[in-house]
Formats: sequence, C-alpha cells, structure tokens
Amino acid sequence: MNQTLTLDRPTSEAEVIDIVNEARRARTPLAIEGGATRAGLGRPVRAPRKLSTAALTGITLYEPGEMVISARAGTPLAEIESVLAEKGQMLPFEPMDHRAIYGATGEPSIGAVAACNLSGPRRIQGGAARDHLLGLRLVNGRGEAVKSGGRVMKNVTGLDLVKVMCGSFGTLGILTEVTFKVLPRPRRTATLVIEGLEDAQAIACLSAALGSPYEVSGAAHLPACLSPVPQTLLRIEHFPESVDYRMRELEKLLASYGPMHRLDHDASLKIWREIGDVTPLAKPSDQSVWRISTAPTRAPLVMAAISAGLKGQWFYDWGGGLIWFATTAGGDCGAAIVRAAVQSGHATLIRAPQSVREDVPVFAPPAAPLMQLTRGIKDSFDPHRLFNPGRMYAGL
Amino acid sequence: MSEIAFPVPDANILARRDAIIAGLAKLVPASSLITSEDERRAFETDALTAYRRMPLAVVLPTSTQEVSDVLAFLNHEGVKVVARGAGTSLSGGAIPQEDAVVVGLSKLNRILDVSYANRTARVQAGVTNLGITDAIMADGFFYAPDPSSQLACTIGGNIGMNSGGAHCLKHGVTTNHIMGVTLVMMDGTVVELGGDHLDADGYDLLGLIVGAEGQLGVVTEATVRILRAAEGARPVLFGFDSSEEAGACVADVIGNGIVPVAMEFMDKPAIEITEAFAHAGYPLDVEAMLIIEVEGSPTEMEAQLSRIIEIAKKHGVRTVRESQSALEAALIWKGRKSAFGATGRVADYICMDGTVPTGQLSYVLKRTDEIVKHYGLRVANVFHAGDGNMHPLIMYNVNDPAEQAKAEAAGNDILKLCVEVGGCLTGEHGVGIEKRDLMLFQFSQTDLDQQMRVRAVFDPQWLLNPSKVFPLDARGSA
Repeated sequence: MNQTLTLDRPTSEAEVIDIVNEARRARTPLAIEGGATRAGLGRPVRAPRKLSTAALTGITLYEPGEMVISARAGTPLAEIESVLAEKGQMLPFEPMDHRAIYGATGEPSIGAVAACNLSGPRRIQGGAARDHLLGLRLVNGRGEAVKSGGRVMKNVTGLDLVKVMCGSFGTLGILTEVTFKVLPRPRRTATLVIEGLEDAQAIACLSAALGSPYEVSGAAHLPACLSPVPQTLLRIEHFPESVDYRMRELEKLLASYGPMHRLDHDASLKIWREIGDVTPLAKPSDQSVWRISTAPTRAPLVMAAISAGLKGQWFYDWGGGLIWFATTAGGDCGAAIVRAAVQSGHATLIRAPQSVREDVPVFAPPAAPLMQLTRGIKDSFDPHRLFNPGRMYAGL
Repeated sequence: MSEIAFPVPDANILARRDAIIAGLAKLVPASSLITSEDERRAFETDALTAYRRMPLAVVLPTSTQEVSDVLAFLNHEGVKVVARGAGTSLSGGAIPQEDAVVVGLSKLNRILDVSYANRTARVQAGVTNLGITDAIMADGFFYAPDPSSQLACTIGGNIGMNSGGAHCLKHGVTTNHIMGVTLVMMDGTVVELGGDHLDADGYDLLGLIVGAEGQLGVVTEATVRILRAAEGARPVLFGFDSSEEAGACVADVIGNGIVPVAMEFMDKPAIEITEAFAHAGYPLDVEAMLIIEVEGSPTEMEAQLSRIIEIAKKHGVRTVRESQSALEAALIWKGRKSAFGATGRVADYICMDGTVPTGQLSYVLKRTDEIVKHYGLRVANVFHAGDGNMHPLIMYNVNDPAEQAKAEAAGNDILKLCVEVGGCLTGEHGVGIEKRDLMLFQFSQTDLDQQMRVRAVFDPQWLLNPSKVFPLDARGSA
C-alpha cells in the first residue's frame, strides 16, 4: 500500500551501509521496517525501495546480573522476552503490541520498540522505553555507522542521541543494534478493581492511589462506554507478602470510592496485557483510534470536551495521563475536535485510513521554532531525507 | 598529561568589554550585573577548583524574559555564554572563560506550582535540588535524583549535567524525572519542551537538552516528576573482607530479583576517612562496605532485609549493622554524602566518575589501585555499586604541580580502563573540560561529528559553553 517496489533485507550493519550509500548516490528514499506490524502507524511513506531489518537478528549480550540486554534491531521481541523470562527478568516498560489494533500479523521487532518509544501501563511508575534504552548503533543518511550511549546504566558522556533516536520512527537513521536496561519480573501481581465510578471520580481515585506509598504500577479506568459497570483498575506487583499487604492498604485508603474486588495473578496479567495493547478499542476495526497524552487532572475535562462533539469509546491509562479514544473514521477522524480539546499535551492519530493520514497530521504539528529544530535535527542525521520520508511530518 | 587547555580568548571581544557591559546594563537591573573583579572572582571556577578563568561579566537574570534579552544581545554581539547554577560541577562544566559572560540562575529560585494529583512540580531553574524535596516532604513526597551536592546544586545544573545520586539504582537519573522545560535558545527564542504530560510528541528534544551541559540553550523553568515516599526506609551496613566479595554480593542481590533503592560501596580508605569525619558507626575492621537501603512498611523491610542477609552470608559478609533509629539512618547517609568533603579535609583530590559493567567491578577496583600506586599516590573508593558508577578519589597536593599532573594522568588511565571494560567516561558528573580530551577514547570521530551536527542545530555559532564536552581539536569536520 506504500507503493514500494524493491525490498532489501541486509544481514549486517555493513550491508545496511552499502544500501544507504547506494540510495544516497541515487537519491532514492528508503522505507524502513522491522517486523512490519506497524505499517499503519504514522503518515504513509512513499519510497521506491524498502529496507527491512528483519534479517538483522540475534541477541548480542545478556548479563542478568547487570540487568542489561543488547540485540540486533530485527530480533523478534518475543525472543527477547522469552530469553529474559528464563532468568526471571523483563522489559519493565511493557512495550505495546500493535497487532490487535492494526489486525496485523508478523513479529514485532526490538528495534521498533526503540524507534517508536513503545511503552505500556507500567510507564506511569517505571518509565518509558526511552528511559530504559541505554545505547544503540545506527546508520545515518550519510552512510555512517554511529553509536550513542552504551551498555551501562549511568552514562552522561556526550550528547544523548539515544533519546532523540527513540521515538523518531525511522526518520533519522536505521537502527542496527539496541541495548536496554531490564528489571526483575515481579514474583506476584494483583489488581484492585473499584466499580461504578464516573470518569472524574475515577481519575481522583487513581491519583489518590498513585500518591500513596504502595508503588501502584498500573492505574487505568474503563468507563461505562466499554464496561457494563465502569472499572477502575490498580495494579500492585512485588514479592507475595508485599502484594498482600499493599492490596489491603489500598483497599482501606480507597474504601470510600465504591465497591471493589480483586483480580488474582493470572487475571491481572491478562487484563493489563489487554489495556497495554488497547484491545478494548481494537474492534470495530474500521474506527479511528487516538492516543492522547495529558495531565491526569485535565483528562476528564479533555474527554468531556471531545465527547460533546464526537461519539466514541475511550479508556484511561497512566492514572488518567493517557487517553485512548476510538471514533468514526469519517472526515478528519475527529482531528479538529480532539486537538482543540487537548490544549496542553498532545494527540496522535494511531489508527485511520491511509487517505486520512495523508491529509490530517498524525503527530500534532509542532510550534514553529520546534518545527525548525525538528528539520535541523532531521538534516543533521539524514541530509538527503532518505529515511521514511513523510512518516512523521509532511515534506520531512 | 598536560594541563587542560582553554581556547585563546577572543581579543576582539575583550577589547569591546565596556560596550558589551553597557549593552547588558540596558537589559537587566544594576543588581543583576556583576562587573567588578572582586565580585566576578566568585564565578571564576566551580568544584573543579584546580582550574579557573575570570569571566568577562556575570549576569543574574530575574526572569525568562531577561535571559532571552541577554542571550539575544550576546548572540548578536557574538559573545560566548556560560550558564551557571550553583557552581558545584566536578567536571568544570561551569568554569567560564575570559571572553564569556556567565548567566547565573541564582535569582530564579522559586517553586511555582506543585500538583500532588499529577505528581509534578513546576520550578525555576535556580531552585536547589533539595529545595524541591524540602517543599513537599511534609506531604510525603520527594524529588528523586539526589546528587551528594543536593543542598547546594540547582535543578538547572542537574538538567545540564543529567545528575544522578545514590538512589538512582531504583529511581533513575535526572533525565527520567524531567517532564518539561522552558528553554531559551542562544538567539533569544523561548521554547516550551514537554509539559506536565508524559513523553514527547515528535523528536525527544527534552531528552537532548538534559545532559547537554548547557550547550543547546539555557533552561529557566522545569516541570519535574515528584514521587510519594515509601512508608519507611532503612540503610543497612554490610562489611566484607574483600572488595571481590562485596562486588559479588551486589550482583547476586540483583540476580535474585531484588533491586534495592540504593547499593553504595566504600573501600577501607574511604570508610576510615569518612568515619573520622561523620562518626556514622561505619565498621573499621573490614576491607569493603556496602550501604544497602531497603524500604516499605516495617514488615516489608524485615522481609527484604532477611533476603539480602541470606545472600550476603553466601559471600562471607562479616558484619551487618542495621540502623536502629531515624537518627542513625540519617548518620549513615550523612557519612556517605559527605565522603567527598571528608576526603577534602585529608587531602586535595580529583574525583573520577566512570561507569563500568558491574561484573567488572572487582577487576576495575584492583587495576585502579595498581594505577594510582604506580603514580605514587593514594586512592579512596566510594561509589554506586548497583549501577557500576565508580568514584575513585585520587588524593594529591594541589600546590605541587608535579603531583597534580600525576593525579590527572592516573585519572585518565582509570577512565580509559573504564571504557576498555565496556563502560564510559562519566556516569553522572558530566564531561565538562575535565574529560573533554578523552572523548575519542569512547567515541569515534564519526560519533562525535553526529553529536556536533545536532549541537549546531541549536547553537550554530558555538557560543554556548563552547569549550566543554567536545575535544578542541576534533571540531573541524562537523
């Protein structure tokens, strides 16, 4: 659908450099993909050649005692997660799997986790992908291999190019290897469900829980539009005795909000996987899906403003700081109303027909001076604008 | 090792000093402009006191608008700018140069807003690190990154250097806690990056600013994450007969799925120096000591502690000492946080800051000892063991130029060692001038060129803190 003609599958960084040099000489733009499960994320890319990192695979370093793992960019995420699980560890930021909302097949890659800064519910407590990405290697648009960061947890040596690469959606360089900090997998998890709250009450409840000393690691709300009885969800993860204790304390703290029940370990794992992967909004698949980042206290107001003008379903994650909203895919997919409602924060059009993503900015248009910096950074990595042209912003 | 070089001051700028000062006087109140030699002297160095340069002038703006006006003027005049928080940089990040104007943030010292519901605070850049926690601790909240200089250092300086601290093992460093900044660019443009929501839309410019050592712009305000404190926290001392055993214990604790809030290491010289100063009850009959902090409810702390003690026993732990009161706990941390100051009472020192993979700790400690002995000097080691961020303190006499040269040479050898074993030159202090000329040990010229091209997007004339981070002779090709 992206009108790409030829496909390259380099197996080494040297081959990536060769392909980039060839593209540079011919001034031929390249569409970059990993596991090809997120082709619908971003603006449509028009490029005659596609470079896939899918053959650039393999874990290159894993030191459980140092909580660090390195892998070539095309390594399947599933392989990383399974190797970590064998040692009782995990990627703590719970990268979102987009296959549910895009109806995609294929295997998500670890490189895409870095390139798209993919984080899930635990972001609220433990940080985003960008907070755990320790180092990377990339090939820039000049055909040069560049490294940034490293494999140690504390590193302030030089300008932090790792951050600007994380979430640049393949527009600055081709990632060839990434290194993440990992953490021990909690021994036990449990979820407290408070029933029947309106949005504003629910966000207040989530804020009270997140402001408690019990280290809530997931804080979401499924409103009446998605659940017969609205459910406000709070996750605790720890050693078993701490989970028991903290659940009891949370129940006491939040007793006045409404009736509540607990989800045990397995039910808890399941529901947070669904929240992280936005499964509640996956169907109907022809609806558009927005991802809105704002401050929790503003979230119910933002949602009230949006739902006054648009029909749809929504839920809150990150204690209210993240809103997922599905609405009709007609017209501008609600862009004018959504973006007017989000005065402080940003709204990303995660799912929409290709024709809409051509015309409606998928990423919120930056203010003029920030757009100038964005252009400058793009050109500093990719002066001939070879990589994923237009994926984030038209003309870039 | 020759002395760290500063560029030759621009004679043209020095000759125009009076005119430049007159221009600044039109932009800020008289009380915000410092020009006399006596008063400027307070700004000629930072915590890297072996180096000093007298700045052209010092401006202490009282608003973002004033910072913008001053930068726009200096940009137009082609005058270099060194931003300064409290001047506690250990790497010389705030040391000025003769042809530069210091923009000090000390008058931007207000906490503007606190939201417990959103768990954020909006502060001006000159607010001290501890000032944030002091303002919110009565309500049970704190700001997590805790550099040892937190009583004095500013949030603006922390952002410049991406500062860490003892509790970073669990909570992360500055970059993980900054949600938004107001940034004044060199041409005076004021931009807002991020805000009180999580994660950038578009390129993560905020992530570039944090740790950029004041080379991309001057931060005047920041929105920081604040966290609810644990119910309780208790530091526990573990004494070992060897550094190897202590190092192996650290790896084993993590391997068992436990990530304590902090795991700090001290060797015998560091224990002795610090105990003599702080009387924290550190064991004097051991070769190495870990301070491991556990937190939670009393029962939770007991449970976690008993897990850690079981592990420590496997590694031959000799003494375990729990703090029995809040006072004792405070003393234990006071000792650790005053380790640099206590060492300063015994000798002059330079403090290294390389990070190594934690599996290499024992080897690096042994080689560090050999390197420093080779130069005929002494070393004390006190560092963040959980994340491998080492701080060898190389002691010397600052009045003996030959000894200073030896100390710097030993320091450079240690940092090269850190890179060789897979680590980096600096974990939390920054490159500054101190490690600037070692950058090519860690990065290729291509790596640095990419960084410098990004830097130039923000400051095309290279006026912001220009003598830092990038080797002076590696700048041509970007």
